[in-house]
Amino acid sequence: MSQIFHRSTNTLARVTIFGALFIVVGSLFAINEFTRSDYITHAFVAREQPVQFSHKHHVGDVGLDCRYCHTSVEKSASAGIPPTRICMNCHTQIWKDSPYLEPVRASYRTGKPIHWTRVHHLPDFVYFNHSIHVAKGVGCSTCHGRVDQMPLMMQVNSLQMEWCLDCHRNPERALRPKNEIFNTTWTAPSDQEERGKRLAKEYNIQARAVLESCSTCHR
Amino acid sequence: MSIGKYLILLITPFALVSCRNEMHDQPKAKSYRASAIFDDSLSMRPVVEGTVARGYLRADPLYDQGKMIDASGKSIDAATFPFPVTKTILDRGQERFNIYCSPCHGMTGEGDGMVVRRGFRPPPSYHMDRLRTATPGHFFDVISNGFGTMPDYAMQLSPADRWAVVAYVKALQVSQHATVAEIPPPIRSELDAPKTATAAPSKPE
Ligand code: HEC
Ligand code: HEC
Ligand code: HEC
Ligand code: HEC
Ligand code: HEC
Ligand code: HEC
Repeated sequence: MSQIFHRSTNTLARVTIFGALFIVVGSLFAINEFTRSDYITHAFVAREQPVQFSHKHHVGDVGLDCRYCHTSVEKSASAGIPPTRICMNCHTQIWKDSPYLEPVRASYRTGKPIHWTRVHHLPDFVYFNHSIHVAKGVGCSTCHGRVDQMPLMMQVNSLQMEWCLDCHRNPERALRPKNEIFNTTWTAPSDQEERGKRLAKEYNIQARAVLESCSTCHR
Repeated sequence: MSIGKYLILLITPFALVSCRNEMHDQPKAKSYRASAIFDDSLSMRPVVEGTVARGYLRADPLYDQGKMIDASGKSIDAATFPFPVTKTILDRGQERFNIYCSPCHGMTGEGDGMVVRRGFRPPPSYHMDRLRTATPGHFFDVISNGFGTMPDYAMQLSPADRWAVVAYVKALQVSQHATVAEIPPPIRSELDAPKTATAAPSKPE
């Protein structure tokens, strides 16, 4: 009786074993990448808003400071979304008949707040606080990117735990002088490593063990 | 397998997914979250009228309202600051002025800010005689209550910050009318020094 399998199938068998390994590792890799992808984290997805509010116009062109609208960012956990009244400081006179601004005027007339669509949204079991980051030299653009170039707001970082920890383990890379916090165009100078160390001492940045501890963010 | 089993197989994954979201979106009030309980959908309830939060009692006429009593017993805009003005206060005032006032009044107070250039009604220059002689209390009052078409900034600026802004505006007014003789000698020499040393473009690296 002749052999059922030809000799060459030995190679095939070896390839198959290797192939199985390849598929397992490959799909692990794919899952790993997929869970971090923009599709999952919603990064770089511009959200439709009830009003076509443009940070590009207001910050980039008009040159408004973030704090003109996000008034509580230095003092409290949340940055604060401006009430309609703040829009009307200017829009009682500028573009005052524009249909784009009708929802704003309607909100001002009726006293019902505008329902903005949230862009950044951490799960409820995470504690985040703006004031500590601003007070200790982390600038808006490190986390929110170049908002002065965004016609519609979008997220530019994953906001995953990995991302937070990446900085909490090594905050020196991100630290800026106090007067640069709200500058959206800031980039790290070539000697950032050295400056960062100096700033970390000046701001009294807490030990890595504290910043890495689960109860810092899950409290 | 019966249809029931298929159904269970189909539903289980969804049940697992919703477990995850329970913890993501817990039924509690957080900032910006609409309330399902109240008609106006505000989670934070309006406080009873007349409520004063701790540290927010604004009862001092001079410090909190910028007023003082004149010889005839009338309440007028304060002519002085409630505290001595220091460099720290001026720096704070400059920062707040640049955020909240410069969009309309311009960095130097000429009344030519970016928003005015886009069509907002131009405010008067701070360097006109009437405003140069105006009391600190008048500026405090304008910030607290607004003035004509100008909105008030009471919500954005605490009384301490308002005084700091007033101090900075007063300093701006002085700066635009300063003579060379008034500049302290160590800084005056900078005026005469040739600009080239600092203005030259840095060498490529
Ligand atoms: C003229 C007022 C104004 C100014 C100035 C302004 N913002 Fe905003 N910002 C808004 C409004 C209104 C929204 C909500 C609508 C939206 O998401 O676009 C918003 C939303 C945001 C969001 C997203 C919030 C969310 O839903 O997650 C971020 C981040 C943000 N702003 C950052 C900044 C930064 C950084 C600056 C300064 C460089 C700045 N903003 C200046 C009015 C302003
Ligand atoms: C400090 C003044 C100021 C404030 C405060 C302000 N805006 Fe504007 N807004 C402007 C100016 C100036 C323009 C015209 C921009 C241009 O010509 O480039 C504008 C334009 C707009 C437009 C027209 C479309 C566009 O982007 O050009 C919309 C919509 C708008 N603003 C919405 C808002 C909303 C909503 C708020 C409140 C969160 C707000 N603005 C607060 C000054 C202001
Ligand atoms: C360390 C990173 C980080 C920095 C620095 C930072 N943000 Fe944020 N920001 C976040 C995260 C994370 C959220 C989402 C918070 C949530 O979902 O509870 C957020 C949310 C916001 C929101 C939406 C409203 C809110 O408070 O949830 C606004 C507006 C905003 N940021 C503005 C700013 C401005 C202006 C600055 C600069 C002064 C700034 N942020 C600096 C990470 C940062
Ligand atoms: C770019 C750097 C950076 C990123 C990104 C960042 N942080 Fe931080 N965080 C800091 C620094 C710096 C401090 C200040 C540490 C200190 O108090 O000395 C801080 C402090 C904190 C604190 C206060 C710690 C305490 O108990 O005093 C919390 C809470 C926190 N971060 C949460 C977060 C969360 C949640 C995220 C992700 C969504 C995040 N941070 C992302 C740099 C960062
Ligand atoms: C710097 C802040 C920070 C620290 C420190 C931190 N976490 Fe997290 N954690 C987060 C954020 C932000 C998320 C939400 C991630 C997301 O939405 O994808 C998260 C999510 C989680 C989740 C839920 C995952 C899910 O998808 O539901 C678990 C479990 C968790 N963290 C455990 C821990 C443990 C255990 C520690 C301590 C070793 C820790 N975390 C320390 C910020 C932090
Ligand atoms: C949205 C534009 C705008 C902003 C921002 C603004 N102002 Fe004004 N301001 C005006 C206009 C317009 C007038 C002229 C009002 C009138 O005569 O009806 C004015 C007038 C004034 C006057 C003159 C009052 C008088 O006696 O004639 C003072 C003082 C003043 N503003 C101070 C401030 C200070 C301080 C700030 C910052 C906290 C500020 N303004 C922010 C638009 C603005």
